[in-house]
Amino acid sequence: MHQLWLIPALPFAGFLVNGIFGRRLGKPAINAVAIGSVLLSFLWVVKTLFALGPLESAYTESYFTWIQSGIVNVGFDFAVDRLTAVMLLVVTGVGLLIHIYAVGYMSHEGGYYRFFAYLNLFMFFMLILVLAANFLLLFVGWEGVGLCSYLLIGFYFLKKSAGDAGKKAFVVNRIGDFGFSLAIFLTLVTFGSLDFGAINAKAAAMSPETSAGVITGICLLLLVGATGKSAQVPLYVWLPDAMEGPTPVSALIHAATMVTAGVYMIARSAALFNLAPIALEVVAVIGLLTAVLAATIGLAQNDIKKVFAYSTVSQLGYMFLALGVGAYSAGIFHVMTHAFFKALLFLGAGSVIHALEGEQDLRHMGGLRSKIPVTFLVLVCAAVAIAGVPPFSGFKSKDEILLAVHAHSPWMFWVGVVTAGMTAFYVFRAIFLCFFGSYRGKAHPHESPLVMTLPLGVLALLSLGGGYIDVPHYLAPLFGQPNTDHDMTLVAISVGAGLAGIFLAWLFYVVKPAIPEALAKGLSGPYKLIYNKYYVDEVYDSLVVHPLRDGSRSVLWRGIDAGLIDGAVNGAGTLARSIGAGLRTMQSGYIRRYAAWVVLGSIGLVAAVTFLGGAR
Amino acid sequence: MPSEFPIPIPPLPLPEAVPLAWYLILSAILFSLGVAGFLFRRNIITVFMSIELMLNAVNLTFVAFSYHLKSVDGHIFSFFVMVIAAAEAAVGLAIILTVFRNRQTLEIDEVSSLKL
Repeated sequence: MHQLWLIPALPFAGFLVNGIFGRRLGKPAINAVAIGSVLLSFLWVVKTLFALGPLESAYTESYFTWIQSGIVNVGFDFAVDRLTAVMLLVVTGVGLLIHIYAVGYMSHEGGYYRFFAYLNLFMFFMLILVLAANFLLLFVGWEGVGLCSYLLIGFYFLKKSAGDAGKKAFVVNRIGDFGFSLAIFLTLVTFGSLDFGAINAKAAAMSPETSAGVITGICLLLLVGATGKSAQVPLYVWLPDAMEGPTPVSALIHAATMVTAGVYMIARSAALFNLAPIALEVVAVIGLLTAVLAATIGLAQNDIKKVFAYSTVSQLGYMFLALGVGAYSAGIFHVMTHAFFKALLFLGAGSVIHALEGEQDLRHMGGLRSKIPVTFLVLVCAAVAIAGVPPFSGFKSKDEILLAVHAHSPWMFWVGVVTAGMTAFYVFRAIFLCFFGSYRGKAHPHESPLVMTLPLGVLALLSLGGGYIDVPHYLAPLFGQPNTDHDMTLVAISVGAGLAGIFLAWLFYVVKPAIPEALAKGLSGPYKLIYNKYYVDEVYDSLVVHPLRDGSRSVLWRGIDAGLIDGAVNGAGTLARSIGAGLRTMQSGYIRRYAAWVVLGSIGLVAAVTFLGGAR
Repeated sequence: MPSEFPIPIPPLPLPEAVPLAWYLILSAILFSLGVAGFLFRRNIITVFMSIELMLNAVNLTFVAFSYHLKSVDGHIFSFFVMVIAAAEAAVGLAIILTVFRNRQTLEIDEVSSLKL
């Protein structure tokens, strides 16, 4: 036994201590509990992974039978294989850095202990999610991180927009989770088990004729769940709004870890998806669509966190694209590098916001290069990583994905390359608008404290060098050997797209700031379209939200609830009352009248018995 | 029906001089008188006596059937009725006494305050 349960239990203990006693603890004690629990968890992960050695096959720990009823036999089991190992290190490692950063970022905020209690609870559920050895336990973690996401998006609950964003995230995720739970039911019915190992073995043993339909169904339903959690078309709309939460939350939950749960879940079910080529194709198309759509929206956003939020959606699309073309290890590789550079982008943006005392609008920034040099430096590191500049981490993983995509279908490769160019453009647009030119705001910028810049520095190193952690080869026992034949032309094309994006951003926002305005005027139609995010929210509002709300109001509330149900209940009451009112006239209080009723009743009874022949 | 007694009792030569129907008719008349008295008299004591009349009419029926069917069940029933009637008389008279003390009346329609 390696006591895997300690890994999630430690943050949970931190949650309990901070959640129950946090109000009475001082800030140093809250910090010690919150960071200490995650640090211990991280160290336990490292120790366990060293003790487990090469991990050629999955290592499972069974604790107890959780549910035993008919064919449902679910154990409370944790399993570690190489995929889990990568996720564990990313979650606890990046989580630890973000916890440390949050100490500085949240120092002036109310509800300090509440924030760290939620954050620890999130770590607990996320670790349950990646450690789970069966679908149901994974679903527990899946719902749990959704809950924490809701709580943390709505952290500033006095702000209406924050509460609304939290509710939106919750409701949109519910749609996805509905699909996911259907997938779990179908899995249980089909395979009679929810354990990943057992499912994989049984799916492989099924004959292709019988399995194709049902496995495709399961995979498509899983995909519905993944599109909700991982913000893919058509359920991505909650993620940009989720930026209402505090910036460390955006970094941890809505960039580095939780939103990659969908990617992890599909990679975990790779054995099923490999048997369902149609579902895989759908995954790829959805990923590609998301990547392009979100990247174009990101081109025209003015809120620095919104830019990075759409960038997250777009990069998640990339990961789905990788999964869809069967390059699972490349997808997970991108999960890791993305966790590094996107967490860094968000934390850097948080540092900028912190420096400007809450300002998030890029139009009110500028010229901050000399005022907050450390933040500038680390944001550039993140930007070159995400833009795919060799030899940094984003280049490595994106290259891996694009090569696999090209082997699958060249047209997808070209769309991916264009997206990569757009990615480089909007990220550097944000950098140039924020740090170059002259300062356009009113606040007095100040550099963030060491407790914030230290995690930024570590993440910057990981963003730059993280690509040398050879995840694809490490994951080879699970997903097969990655394609090592690096076609230099293709690499050059994708790098060129990234560099072109950077160059264009430099040209537009540093050299000739008049160009973007002229472009926005000249192409006002398309500009307005992407500036308003393709009006997707408005379309959903009029197609889904309004019909639902109006239908609920007029049919379900006024018709069924007020009319039918209330009518039936009130009608029953009125009926009883009127019958009672009739009967109470019998109860006059005169004894002789009662006796008369008795006599009449007995005469009636005797008559009934006599004429109807009741007595036999 | 085999006798449970060690010494078999010979069937009694019971005369049927008065037919069963006459008893029943008499009982019905007595019962009807009781009902009528209960319904139409206003004095509580008279009402009470009407009840006793009805009970005894029923007793008569029981005993008549018991004799006719040569079964002891009817007797037992009528004993029960008598015991109950005695108990009821005790309680009923006590109630009547209390009512009279409180209301200075035995008019039954005056005692109607138990209605809703």
